[in-house]
Amino acid sequence: MIGDWLDIGPVDQIAPGNARTLPVRGGEEIAIFHTLDNQFYALVNKCPHKQGPLSQGIVHGTIVTCPLHNWNISLKSGEALGEDKGCVPVVPLRVDAGRIYLLREAVVVKKVA
Amino acid sequence: MNAPMSFKGQAGQIRERLVVIGNGMAGCRAIEEILERDPARYAITIFGAEPRVNYNRIMLSPVLAGEKTFDEIVINDAAWYADNAITLISGDPVAQIDRRTQTVIAQSGRVEPYDRLLIATGSDPFIIPVPGKDLAGVVTFRDLDDVDRMLAAAENGGAAVVIGGGLLGLEAAHGLSLRGMAVTVVHLMPTLMERQLDEAAGWLLKEELERRGQVILTDADTAEITGKDGHVSGVRLKDGREIPADIVVMAVGIKPSVALAKAAGLDVERGIMVDDHMVTSDPAILAVGECVQHRGACYGLVAPLWDMCRALADHATGSPTGYEGSVTSTKLKVSGIDVFSAGDFSGGDGAEDIVMRDAARGIYKRVVVKDDRLLGAVLYGDTADGNWYFDLLKRGEDISGIREALIFGQAFASGGAQLDPNAAVAALSDDAEICGCNGVSKGKVVGCILGGAHSLDAVRSSCKASASCGSCTGLVESLLAVTLGDEFAGERVEKTVCKCTSFTHDDVRRLIIEKELKAIPQVMQELHWTTPDGCASCRPALNYYLVCAWPGEYVDDQKSRFVNERMHANIQKDGTYSVVPRMWGGLTNPRELRAIADVVEKFNAPMVKVTGGQRLDIFGIKKEDLPAVWADLNAAGMVSGHAYGKSLRTVKTCVGSEWCRFGTQDSTGLGVQIEQSTWGSWMPHKFKIAVSGCPRNCAEATIKDFGVICVDSGYELHVGGNGGIKVRVTDLLCKVATEQEALDHCAAFIQLYREQAHYLERTAPWIERVGLDHVKAGLFDDPDSIRKLAARFRYSQSFMQDDPWAKRAAGEDSELHQHLAEVRPLEFVS
Ligand code: SRM
Ligand SMILES: Cc1cc2nc3c(=O)[nH]c(=O)nc-3n(C[C@H](O)[C@H](O)[C@H](O)COP(=O)(O)OP(=O)(O)OC[C@H]3O[C@@H](n4cnc5c(N)ncnc54)[C@H](O)[C@@H]3O)c2cc1C
Ligand code: SF4
Ligand code: FES
Repeated sequence: MIGDWLDIGPVDQIAPGNARTLPVRGGEEIAIFHTLDNQFYALVNKCPHKQGPLSQGIVHGTIVTCPLHNWNISLKSGEALGEDKGCVPVVPLRVDAGRIYLLREAVVVKKVA
Repeated sequence: MNAPMSFKGQAGQIRERLVVIGNGMAGCRAIEEILERDPARYAITIFGAEPRVNYNRIMLSPVLAGEKTFDEIVINDAAWYADNAITLISGDPVAQIDRRTQTVIAQSGRVEPYDRLLIATGSDPFIIPVPGKDLAGVVTFRDLDDVDRMLAAAENGGAAVVIGGGLLGLEAAHGLSLRGMAVTVVHLMPTLMERQLDEAAGWLLKEELERRGQVILTDADTAEITGKDGHVSGVRLKDGREIPADIVVMAVGIKPSVALAKAAGLDVERGIMVDDHMVTSDPAILAVGECVQHRGACYGLVAPLWDMCRALADHATGSPTGYEGSVTSTKLKVSGIDVFSAGDFSGGDGAEDIVMRDAARGIYKRVVVKDDRLLGAVLYGDTADGNWYFDLLKRGEDISGIREALIFGQAFASGGAQLDPNAAVAALSDDAEICGCNGVSKGKVVGCILGGAHSLDAVRSSCKASASCGSCTGLVESLLAVTLGDEFAGERVEKTVCKCTSFTHDDVRRLIIEKELKAIPQVMQELHWTTPDGCASCRPALNYYLVCAWPGEYVDDQKSRFVNERMHANIQKDGTYSVVPRMWGGLTNPRELRAIADVVEKFNAPMVKVTGGQRLDIFGIKKEDLPAVWADLNAAGMVSGHAYGKSLRTVKTCVGSEWCRFGTQDSTGLGVQIEQSTWGSWMPHKFKIAVSGCPRNCAEATIKDFGVICVDSGYELHVGGNGGIKVRVTDLLCKVATEQEALDHCAAFIQLYREQAHYLERTAPWIERVGLDHVKAGLFDDPDSIRKLAARFRYSQSFMQDDPWAKRAAGEDSELHQHLAEVRPLEFVS
């Protein structure tokens, strides 16, 4: 179990309503979000529209608003919401005993477009 | 050992020996369930570490608060053990389990053989590893001894600090404060009970506890428990604050008590691993309660334990059923405060929040619905429907039929065919109060409507309903719809702030002042926001309105700011940032230029450019490098140019009388003075200024938000210009004679704009909307207005002119600039 999950440290590294980034050498940077409802999510840090860094957007509910052109992206599915169409890969995440874990095989993926 | 392997029961059959470790809630309930099914099956021995019979642990809170006595919370008294031939060995904890010989060994040395063993050791309080944790006077909140220790301390009054703002901590705080202690709750997270409540409910709870006299410190991390002569004397936080304390209650969480099981070699992760029949990795050993881990979950509430005990007893008496895990709900046992939460309220894809707020009664209700099922609920202030929601949730009931009425609760939703929200209003009696502020009844509003008031405004002016705080606007609109039917034109023309509210920008701004609202969650509650935490439109607007209304008092909410303002730099299409230091009035010098050149080289900035605002822009800086870049620029005396903010941007100047053969006044000098008095100020939108030395207007002052054209006799002041998407030439505001007057008028105009415009409205559209006459009236009708507005602006500036770059360079909010870590896979799958 532990082997499949990558420990990326304690939950209190990310304040509620904020996100932080995790660069992956040779792979895609990951954004990890902490919502105001105290949930954690991880997405590839690239907006499906024009690759905006989602980690820098405003988080509300389980949505992040992209900082470049205000697309709303679901933190749960990575889908663009409303009229906009597109999807960014979600990285499975779990929180256990105050630490954040990412599914190793989802972190180590080859670069997307 | 020498005890017989089994003995004969009354009925003559061989009884198996069942030994229970833990005389707590789960252990005893499991026995009750077994006895109910087959009283003659087992010869039972229970070991309890506590020197007493089994009691209801959750009622320790009322015992602490003085609402119950210990006798009242006993579940099974001595007679129960005797009547059921149970041997209770209390005050003698089990020290070891020997699986080979199937015996347990107690601390006293007593050895007890078993055929079946049940581990029900519960949890241990979690102790944060800070210096001073072992001092006398540091207590946990788990058993009766802890309560006795707290009561002893409370006898002398004094101060208590409770570390942990979750369920347990708040119940301890409540009890101690009822017992006369001055209580401070220290909580690591920004909202109380963040595991069970959302931000809105957590905030309401905090307000109420503060009203009751407790001090609630959120975002507070304990560094040390300080002591004197071996006894606690206080708590020191990481930010340096010190809180004196005669007693410190540590209530930061629990961890399953697994030491015995682990030492015996059973499978243990976070808890003791059990299957659906509560059997551990050793078939002879069962486990139940908070000490177990079932399908990955550990529980800290009693309801799941009851389900586990049922499954355990079914299995132990030969008719196994199985336990499948539990959905839990939470209530806080603090008298007079009703809090309830259940299920998953994180919302998200396809999930919809239904929110109802009643500020006057302090009520917040939120249910989360997805695919016609209830996913979660948070209730504050009125929890009467908690169990009903919880039931719908657990049963996965299809709620499509009662969806519209769901939030009004069971009575209404089950009330019959009328499921339109207007029907709720139609069902009200004639004397039901609609508008609390003006005491207007439903009958009166309906009378008004029938008398010809066919719009909201008409109702407002004829009977005053919804004319004050406006929180009953929705009700009045419903009444219009119900009374007029198709004749009602529908919603108001004026746009609301966003879809989260029925209030307009003007309403919100006015009510923030009138009701002295000083925090975003407070505005959302008092003004009945229909979403739990707003959206990307209203959060930044509210943050600005509060910054403007309460200078020096309101704590800016960084997470409600757009990325550029949060990062104090402009985000670029590739995710890097541009950095624009201030160049006062467009002036610079070798030292600044050298520092900029050095930064460009040191950080490999791919481009540096002269902006249209008369300063230099350094491009392509990574978020991690920003603080270092700023430190270097600060060292040469430069501060943030706020090229990223809804704030003062640039003050453009021309060369003016110093050098220019046409110059009439010192436009450069005045520009610098204006910039120095206005930089750093947050505004509804960006704000640009220019000062030209003569009407040739080389600084383009007549397309700026505030422009000065110098003439021989003084200064022409122009407002409302815009060179952007829709070019607008300024309106002439007035002419003044001196630089000081120009500065005062500039400050006053900015303040009027700050106080009145809608968020994201520049001066040009603002003036188009309200009219130049309105602006002039605001500035000139009262001869004292300029002075008063300018004074308010300067007061606000006394808090704003604090270079944000310097703070970041010194390490503030460093997590915004740093990655969490970097992943470097050894091998790459490609
Ligand atoms: C850097 C600069 C262009 C340049 O290289 O010269 C610039 C760059 C941007 N402008 Fe501008 N504007 C710049 C001067 C101007 C000017 C000229 C001026 O200030 O004299 C104007 C017209 C004057 C005016 O504002 O009335 C101008 C009108 C706009 C507008 C339209 C505003 C409007 O009210 O219609 C936008 C869009 C907006 O704000 O929503 C905009 C937005 C932007 C943004 C912030 C776009 C964005 O949201 O990312 C650009 C940021 C680039 C960056 O990362 O730095 N920029 N922009 C200029 C910075 C000036 C400075 O020193 O701070
Ligand atoms: C103050 C307080 C308020 C609470 N309020 C609520 C509430 O409102 N709602 C709710 O659902 N839950 C509440 N809880 C939680 C609830 O009490 C627990 O979930 C429940 O008691 C767990 O039952 P258990 O049998 O697993 O553990 P416990 O009830 O703790 O029983 C375990 C027993 O095992 C004993 N033990 C441990 N090790 C040994 C050993 N080696 N040998 C012998 N005995 C041992 C312990 O002394 C203890 O008596 C509250 C808890 C506390 C402390
Ligand atoms: S004119 Fe357009 S492209 Fe050029 S800086 Fe301004 S916003 Fe960007
Ligand atoms: S890149 Fe995200 S909205 Fe355009």
